[in-house]
Amino acid sequence: MARDLKEIKDINEIKDLGWDELIPGAALFSFTEPVEDVAEVPMEERPYAPTNSHEWQVGDWRVEKPVYNRDLCIDCQFCWVFCPDMSILSRDKKMIGVIYEHCKGCGICVEVCPTNPKSLLMFPEHMDNDEALSMWPKKEEKDK
Amino acid sequence: MVKKIKNLKEFSLSNDRFEGANLMCPGCSHNIIVREVLNATDDPVIVATATGCLEVCTAVYPKTSWDVSWIHIGFENAAVAAATVSAAYEVMKKKGKLPPATQKMVDEGREPKIVAFAGDGGTYDIGFQSLSGAFERGHNFMYVCLDNEVYANTGGQRSSSTPIGASTTTSPAGSVSYGEKMMKKSMVEIMADHGAPYVAQVSPSKWKDLVKKVQKGFEVYGPVYINAQSACTTEWKHAPEDTIEVSDLGVDSCVWPLYEIINERDEHGIIYSTKLNITYRPKTKIPVEEYLAAQPRFRHLFKPENRHIIDLWQKAVDARWEYLQKREEAGV
Repeated sequence: MARDLKEIKDINEIKDLGWDELIPGAALFSFTEPVEDVAEVPMEERPYAPTNSHEWQVGDWRVEKPVYNRDLCIDCQFCWVFCPDMSILSRDKKMIGVIYEHCKGCGICVEVCPTNPKSLLMFPEHMDNDEALSMWPKKEEKDK
Repeated sequence: MVKKIKNLKEFSLSNDRFEGANLMCPGCSHNIIVREVLNATDDPVIVATATGCLEVCTAVYPKTSWDVSWIHIGFENAAVAAATVSAAYEVMKKKGKLPPATQKMVDEGREPKIVAFAGDGGTYDIGFQSLSGAFERGHNFMYVCLDNEVYANTGGQRSSSTPIGASTTTSPAGSVSYGEKMMKKSMVEIMADHGAPYVAQVSPSKWKDLVKKVQKGFEVYGPVYINAQSACTTEWKHAPEDTIEVSDLGVDSCVWPLYEIINERDEHGIIYSTKLNITYRPKTKIPVEEYLAAQPRFRHLFKPENRHIIDLWQKAVDARWEYLQKREEAGV
């Protein structure tokens, strides 16, 4: 029996279904209703279907998480362009934060951050973000 | 319509059409390349993906990571799928049978872009005959090879893209062997010799160069081949956070030179002009040793008995860089 995507509210309902129980054939829909011009619609306004991986999460792969320090950031967007998991949230040319549901903790954003000290740093997953911010290192002096 | 991207801040206004929570490894270059390619345009994109890491990790039932029209096709025929979509689109456009939403975009000058993604296994080896056929017939599509120099999806077997000295599961390094024996196939020249109007080599770490080349490729009519360096944390065995650094080392040591080849053909298909442009020149060309040292798959080359392979590498890279510069100078 095929299920209507709009009826499914919780992704756990479809986690264990067989390939022919959800949608006949092998087609999977990204959205619950047609979106004419996806490139013009920001992530927050898209009608994601439960079969879109955006609704799922891989955050539990991490042992260390990137913590973002707004005070040091220069909005260069290096972290945005090099993030492999679309986890850096940028709006109106400003970096806003990290999407922890999608971040796998690879650490590329920290490596490419050009500020001194870095405005993104890796901290243990269990640590509170405010605690991490209070431990932020001071500016490093360069040897001449 | 060409999207205006002057700098990275403007580029960051793009809305991603490739979704997170896919199952690619942390720090995978494939994702970075796919994002940069899709964000290079705001026009509708139709994607065909050959079997490989990208396909098995972004479409694990019951979920998909693609917000564009996407088809999974066999290991060997991503190019054929893209070529067929391109041919069907052109017939429907000619007969006026496009869906209204698509027709509206075409009227605004926003033609759909057709892209095939495949790994180096699906391009250099298994997919080569269908790729060659599609390029010979001259369909209007772009083929992006995500070149991680190994069959990473199936456990790291060598492909014809694997460079000499690399240790893979089918060319393991040990007491009797230094690893892979063959040099890498030069796919870019092979595809350029098909007479394709635009062929280029890119690296995800040089995002602006990549976006510019993809936009150029979307503008020309005919098959376009893009060879993208894709550092693989699993099979190159470097740390996930070093992906961009390893890519940069490859570019700055000229192991992975960034260049493009533009062929101009007359109405009979005769090539009357070929031009090779080097689009990035490293300020200081670093020794190949640094690139090799960053990847544990080449660790055994630093033993005294394998040192001659590093010298061979340097010689091969220098010769190739010299060759590219000569071609650029001569305008052929």
